[in-house]
Amino acid sequence: MLDANEGPTEAQFEFITFSAGNQSFCLEIMQIREIRRWTPVTKLPHTPDDVLGVMNLRGAVIPIFDLSARFGLGVTADNERNVVIVAAAGGTTIGLLVESVSEILSVAKSSIQETPDMKSDAARQAILGVISVGESMVRVVNLDAVLDQEGGAAA
Amino acid sequence: MSGNSIRDTFFEECEELLEALVEGLSSMEQDPDDMDVVNAVFRAVHSIKGGAGAFALDRLVSFAHTFETVMDKVRSQELKVTEALMHLFHRSGDQLADLVEAARDDREPNAESEAAILKELDSYLGEADKDDSFSFDAVTLDFGAAPADPDLADDATETEAALRLFHIRFKPSPALYANGHEPLLLFDALAELGDLRAAADLSGLPDFDAFDPNDAVIAWTLQLETSEPETVLHEIFEFVESLCDLDIREDDGDAQPPLSVVPPDDEGIAPPPPSPVRDGPAPGAEILDPRADSQRGEARGPRPTLRVDLERVDRLINTVGELIINQAMISQRIEELDLPAVAHLTNELEAYKLLARDIQEGVMAIRAQPVKPLFQRMSRIVREAAEATGKKARLVTVGDSTEVDKTVIERLADPLTHMVRNAVDHGLEKADVRAAAGKERVGTIRLSASHRSGSVFIEIGDDGAGLNRARILEKAIEKGLVLPEAELSESEIDNLLFLPGFSTASEVSNLSGRGVGMDVVKNAVAALGGRVSIASTPGSGTTFTIVLPLTLAVMDGFVISVADQTMVIPIASIIETIRPSQRDLHAVGTKGVVILVRGAYVPVVDVAFNLGLAATRKEAGEGVLLLVSTESQGLTALRVEAIHDQRQVVIKSLESNYAAIPGVSAATILGDGKIALILDPEEVVKLQPAAPYFPAITPPKLELHHA
Repeated sequence: MLDANEGPTEAQFEFITFSAGNQSFCLEIMQIREIRRWTPVTKLPHTPDDVLGVMNLRGAVIPIFDLSARFGLGVTADNERNVVIVAAAGGTTIGLLVESVSEILSVAKSSIQETPDMKSDAARQAILGVISVGESMVRVVNLDAVLDQEGGAAA
Repeated sequence: MSGNSIRDTFFEECEELLEALVEGLSSMEQDPDDMDVVNAVFRAVHSIKGGAGAFALDRLVSFAHTFETVMDKVRSQELKVTEALMHLFHRSGDQLADLVEAARDDREPNAESEAAILKELDSYLGEADKDDSFSFDAVTLDFGAAPADPDLADDATETEAALRLFHIRFKPSPALYANGHEPLLLFDALAELGDLRAAADLSGLPDFDAFDPNDAVIAWTLQLETSEPETVLHEIFEFVESLCDLDIREDDGDAQPPLSVVPPDDEGIAPPPPSPVRDGPAPGAEILDPRADSQRGEARGPRPTLRVDLERVDRLINTVGELIINQAMISQRIEELDLPAVAHLTNELEAYKLLARDIQEGVMAIRAQPVKPLFQRMSRIVREAAEATGKKARLVTVGDSTEVDKTVIERLADPLTHMVRNAVDHGLEKADVRAAAGKERVGTIRLSASHRSGSVFIEIGDDGAGLNRARILEKAIEKGLVLPEAELSESEIDNLLFLPGFSTASEVSNLSGRGVGMDVVKNAVAALGGRVSIASTPGSGTTFTIVLPLTLAVMDGFVISVADQTMVIPIASIIETIRPSQRDLHAVGTKGVVILVRGAYVPVVDVAFNLGLAATRKEAGEGVLLLVSTESQGLTALRVEAIHDQRQVVIKSLESNYAAIPGVSAATILGDGKIALILDPEEVVKLQPAAPYFPAITPPKLELHHA
């Protein structure tokens, strides 16, 4: 059944869009395990500002990062709408604190554009590409880069 | 693929057989006349040989064969067990273990030692035995039923060929059939030994209506005329002996009622003939051969076990950990609801809690294994070390059945080996010196394991000369480990042994003193959450004590608060808790503070500050002090805000999803679902506050305000 859609038309990618640091980002839906409301976390000593702490996800201890702070966009302000996106990559599970989750975006591969040359290093490394949606632009988060950065920060 | 897994099974079995062999040999040492033990040893060697034959492991087979042949001579009491022979058996056992290992890893075994032992073994064999050309061609993968082993015929040639008549009564239990054994095959095997007559005893058959096809009701009485010794008969039944009632006895000439000869039936589907008379041996004639009897008792064999992939067990343990946390959370939530005292709910909740604990204990018990195999391996170490150093030593083990987590056992093997070697090499004196000191010439290494107050204690003791403290101090000074003018207490001197790069052997033997020091032992034990201590009495020996946690998955901890965060600190590390009084606290320098504990000044470390969770240190008199012993600065008092509770917590790794965090060993999940960090006192003390303005490596300091 699905095959009928493939062939002439391109493979569709699904993304979940969210906002962090007043910017619009998205993550491929397959990388996302779940979306949770923000609950207070346990702080970790000797960690950078973007590491909020650890949270109990059904018995697993997962670190929670402030995505906005990680991208150098400032610390996310406390807000009831804040949510944690639980994502998995390369065997590790992490949580990303974002301001809000917006929608599911279904786009063809061709409509994902390469990341324009930007000055913000931290942001550029962590973005795989951009998608134009109506009048706004959505940035595709490179989860591996976020994780790598995490490893570097922790070392 | 399947061939490999059968091979794996063989090697797993070999390990068990080798354990049985070592155990048997050490019991033989105590009582060489105990035929049961000799038989057990023989069987172990024989089974290894049988399996090895199936995998065409020729070297293993031929060595095992020689070993077995000598063993058989002992069994048939042609050979007397002497100390030298016993020693040879031990070495043969070691060699057999080496050969098995070499075969498993596809390595070349040590041919030199093999040849030497073979030669010695051969010297115990008469000419006839040597000429006894050996062939092994029974490629039977079915270890369960191995009916006719051609080399059993070899055994026959070694004993006299007089024909004897055996009466065998054989009544299978349902388990025998359930395990896939077939009586007919057993009878065939018996028939190969000589003239066999068999009669089925159908008296056990119930009425047709009550007949249960799964039950085993038929018994057989057999008469075998053979030249084989009785043990050969037992070997045929070896694998089913625990699954049936078996009674073998030799006809000593008295008149037995002649048997009504009926061809052996296979299963219990034969029509029941009217045979109310029991054909078996008359109850009056119960003069059992004591050997047969005791063999029967012993052949009950090990309890049935199950081999399970370790990963599955670990997954189960994790899940049960979740269950415990979940149970604690539910309890807490229900408490929060502040329901009117509904007795039912409280009772059920309590029952749930107990069940969850039971399950946890049960699951933990799966991972727990007796230390016996570990201790048995040490007997070889003692033997080799004694040989290499020309000393006489024996190993005494106590508490073999003490169970310890599997990982602990695995990771303890190396440190223990090292300590046992050390005990022989450094601890024990040479036989002459011992004799001169009025001690037994043979030194004793004592290995003991026990459970005490939630910990596992493992002691390695020797009855040697004790630590030469003067020598240790001299050496430490020579190596620059201690300043010459240092005044050290006895226990401080003893603990110098644990310093990296320390070795006291006056002459570097090829045994110890290879750069692996006691510090490695200490680190290995510390990595398991344990500690090592020494006690030594001049003239009567040294004892090392290793204290380990029972399991690595849960831990007893104090729930404390540090900078408004809930944390856990392992109870094992805490010596005592102190509520400081102002007059015991003293300032040192501008920022340091010490507390007077029974005459000693102990530095105070503010945990919150060291973890970077508090910008400033607390007032000196606030909070609670936890006295811990650390490697880096000895006794230290850790300041925390409060102690709330003492409880068992499930250890969760932080590293799996994040990274190691200095000062924190792991995390756990509390009853409210929140995560609490588990502190590592050693690391907390070492942590220097983030700010770089403390140049000295002195204990962290504290502003002291006198009230």
